[in-house]
Amino acid sequence: MEELLKNYQSVAEEHAIHWIKVGQTDDFPANAGACVKYNSKQIAVYYFTRTNSWYACQNLCPHKMEMVLSRGMTGDSQGIPKVACPLHKKTFSLEDGSNLNGEEYSIATYPVRIQEGNVYIGFAD
Amino acid sequence: MKKVIVIGNGMVGYKFCEKLAAHPLRDQFEVVVFGEEFRPAYDRVHLSEYFSLDSADKLLLASREWYDENHIELRTGEMITSIETETKRVFTHKHDYFEYDYLILATGSAPFVPTIKGVDKLGVFVYRTIEDLDAIQEYAEKLKHEGKFKASVLGGGLLGLEAANAAKELGMQTDVIEFAPRLMPRQLDKAASDMLQRKIESLGMKIHLGKNSQEIIGEEGIEKINFTDDTSLQTDMLIISAGIRPRDELAVKCGLKTGERGGVYVNNKMETSDPAIYAIGEVALYNNGIYGLVAPGYEMAGVAVEHITGGEKLMSPSIDMSTQLKLVGTEVASFGDPFIENDEVTAIVYENKQRGVYKRINIAKDGSKLLGGIMVGDSSDYNTLFQLYINAMKLPENPEDLILGSRGGESKSALGSVLDLPDTAQICSCEAVSKGAICGAITSGSCCSFADVVKSTKASSSCGGCKPMVTDLVKETLKSMGQEVKETICEHFEYSRQEMYDLVKLHSIMDFDEALDRHGKGHGCETCKPVLASIFASIYMETANRQAPIQDSNDRFLANIQRNGTYSVVPRVPGGEITPEKLMVLGQVAKKYDLYTKITGGQRIDLFGAQLHELPMIWKELIDAGFESGHAYGKSLRTVKSCVGSTWCRYGLHDSVSFAIRIEERYKGLRSPHKLKGGVSGCIRECAEARGKDFGVIAVEGGWNLFVCGNGGATPKHAILLAEKLDDETCIKYLDRFLVYYIRTAAPLQRTAPWLEKLEGGIDYLKKVVVEDSLGIGEELEAEMEELVQRYACEWKEAIEDPQMMKRFKPFVNSDETDESLVFVPMRDQKMPRPW
Repeated sequence: MEELLKNYQSVAEEHAIHWIKVGQTDDFPANAGACVKYNSKQIAVYYFTRTNSWYACQNLCPHKMEMVLSRGMTGDSQGIPKVACPLHKKTFSLEDGSNLNGEEYSIATYPVRIQEGNVYIGFAD
Repeated sequence: MKKVIVIGNGMVGYKFCEKLAAHPLRDQFEVVVFGEEFRPAYDRVHLSEYFSLDSADKLLLASREWYDENHIELRTGEMITSIETETKRVFTHKHDYFEYDYLILATGSAPFVPTIKGVDKLGVFVYRTIEDLDAIQEYAEKLKHEGKFKASVLGGGLLGLEAANAAKELGMQTDVIEFAPRLMPRQLDKAASDMLQRKIESLGMKIHLGKNSQEIIGEEGIEKINFTDDTSLQTDMLIISAGIRPRDELAVKCGLKTGERGGVYVNNKMETSDPAIYAIGEVALYNNGIYGLVAPGYEMAGVAVEHITGGEKLMSPSIDMSTQLKLVGTEVASFGDPFIENDEVTAIVYENKQRGVYKRINIAKDGSKLLGGIMVGDSSDYNTLFQLYINAMKLPENPEDLILGSRGGESKSALGSVLDLPDTAQICSCEAVSKGAICGAITSGSCCSFADVVKSTKASSSCGGCKPMVTDLVKETLKSMGQEVKETICEHFEYSRQEMYDLVKLHSIMDFDEALDRHGKGHGCETCKPVLASIFASIYMETANRQAPIQDSNDRFLANIQRNGTYSVVPRVPGGEITPEKLMVLGQVAKKYDLYTKITGGQRIDLFGAQLHELPMIWKELIDAGFESGHAYGKSLRTVKSCVGSTWCRYGLHDSVSFAIRIEERYKGLRSPHKLKGGVSGCIRECAEARGKDFGVIAVEGGWNLFVCGNGGATPKHAILLAEKLDDETCIKYLDRFLVYYIRTAAPLQRTAPWLEKLEGGIDYLKKVVVEDSLGIGEELEAEMEELVQRYACEWKEAIEDPQMMKRFKPFVNSDETDESLVFVPMRDQKMPRPW
């Protein structure tokens, strides 16, 4: 299980080496999540229409280690964009991956860029 | 130490004890109470509820322990036979005597039994004590065994109608006989009385007015009553409730001054002609009147306590006889002078025969004040009107608004805010609690809720009529202190679910973004999105497909997510009835996709372990075989469970399966604040466990009994009877109304049982809304449901037919791979997710 988690480390935009095209903006639902695959990683991608913002994070919920976060509901808590896991409604910040329920585990987030209608996610490996 | 003897342990006698026990000088008194009944004082106001209570103890005003704890010697079943005023002694029927310094006569009254020949026959009863009710019940049961069902009540006043209701509750076909030309002649005018009569007659009771009883005929027991106009009425029992007579025999015997028509004379200190003897309650003759209401009796008890403890408080010079109550299921109220008619007075009358509502207010010609009024069929304005009257408050410009409601513009109480009432305004007249006392209890910090206030001030603890006003006062006072307790949905919407429901409907808001723009802020969240989704679904019957992103995760994928992120699939099997062919389809699909299968509690079959991308394929096959979505993933109608019923079962009374299927087909797809489950049983053996459901229908002789607001789960609740012996159509009609009313008013994720618990007025109020249509919204609720039913669509069928929607079930946007990370382990010839 720990191995699985190690596969996901947050990447700051300035540290991204590979920008991977994961689809066109139309392929992603508005104000909800969808999942993309990059090598062995499952990455959840979210598009918030009200602020025209894109977010990406691991699809793995660290609570019970299931690949489900892309199917969670999105929203905000005091202005912080977040996702709620569909299994137990654990919520995580999509800005920094922190746990918004005050528990220890958090998630890895990845930078997203939109260019000419294409969606790119930045990875450091 | 002064010795106080109280003769009589009725409501007023008890109130005297309660007030003395709470008095600072309490320790200077030794108190002995005599009650001739065997029970300690009980609530006679709610006597008619006795048949529906499981124990007479529930009517007790205080337990025996209370008297012990307060060092009051309670001697029940002991009668005082005489008073010796010179030596200040009372004698019991056991020839014991007790000495007193102060004697309190709280002997109350006895039912007035007119001298009619044959009145001593078997089957003739009075209506006053629990023993009377026991005797009535026993006799009624005996009659019913003999196949006799006819009861009559002599007396069409307040108590007579209470008695009539009690007889009806016992299953007797009940008639009411009244001497006067109208019902409740002391409280209602002719038009109001006619309205009440129509209401009561619509419930199957017969009313005979202007009848003077001459003789009761019968071999042993009563068989009929002859009237002076040569007519007669066949009846198997008779309950006499034709007024009260003060129990003044002890007073007469010891020479106290009494009235010509009975009652012990008292002054405004409650002193009788002997200054050591006080009289309170229905035995007291004050201002030439006997007052058969609790409120003046309680005030008298308070005054008597004041005077023996050296206080100065005097009885109010005029006694207010305003009253609000429910008679045979009909709200009736009258206040001030209900009849007044002269040049100085204008009466404004509203009458709606369709709804069975009559309202009359008498106002001074110059419009300055309210002098009295009458309400039948809807007394919801009573508290406001009573306050305007009793405090002689200024009336609105158009006084008719008081009973018609403001037509046009924002509707607003004629009182403005309850906080505008003067501090002296008496809110609870039973317990004489003023507005100042209620608000003070909160501002002083000792109370912070309705329950606290009731406990501390006793307001609303007696008849409960002032409850809405006390609730408002508590709420408004808390609000004025900045402690508003508001149930908002979440940080994005500062409204309750009901408010949002109304806003969406009122402004025809069509989607979540629009709702957020107009009434919310931020992006929304996992709390408010499903609430709004449910509201949109309930108002527009849109399926979960239209605004997929705001659906709770299960609704978005139209399946129930399970431990490892796979889904379970539950097709609808209405009423639990399924053909072998369809059963085989389920088996084949489960085998093909390697799904774990289990029978659910709701008589359907759950197929577990489907991956996201498999859902549409599975559903394609199911739909081709004639299945539909079972909505097992939604806060919506799940199943209507049934037993096999009269088609096969040798005990079954009606065809429960057909009715369950009809109900399930009608409400399938209906979104609600929480999941909804139903059940239909074919007889009272209740094999469908319908009473453990949000709505349960049980077959009885003559129709269906409809129960509502039950559930299993963590806090099991049995559903409560809403209506009896309904035909199919009426049952559906009531279900329509019940469900839409619940959907409109419940809090998010509040199931029907907790909703009912929170509903002001509880099941009685719900009955009024659903059965009696007291809000006049019955047809609207039915029409709303009908439209929802017409708009039903299977959301899985929608989904698989629309390529755009199908994108939702693709595991990865950028790959056609499936999720290979899933791991299952074997279990008993099937499989399960790898454990966490």
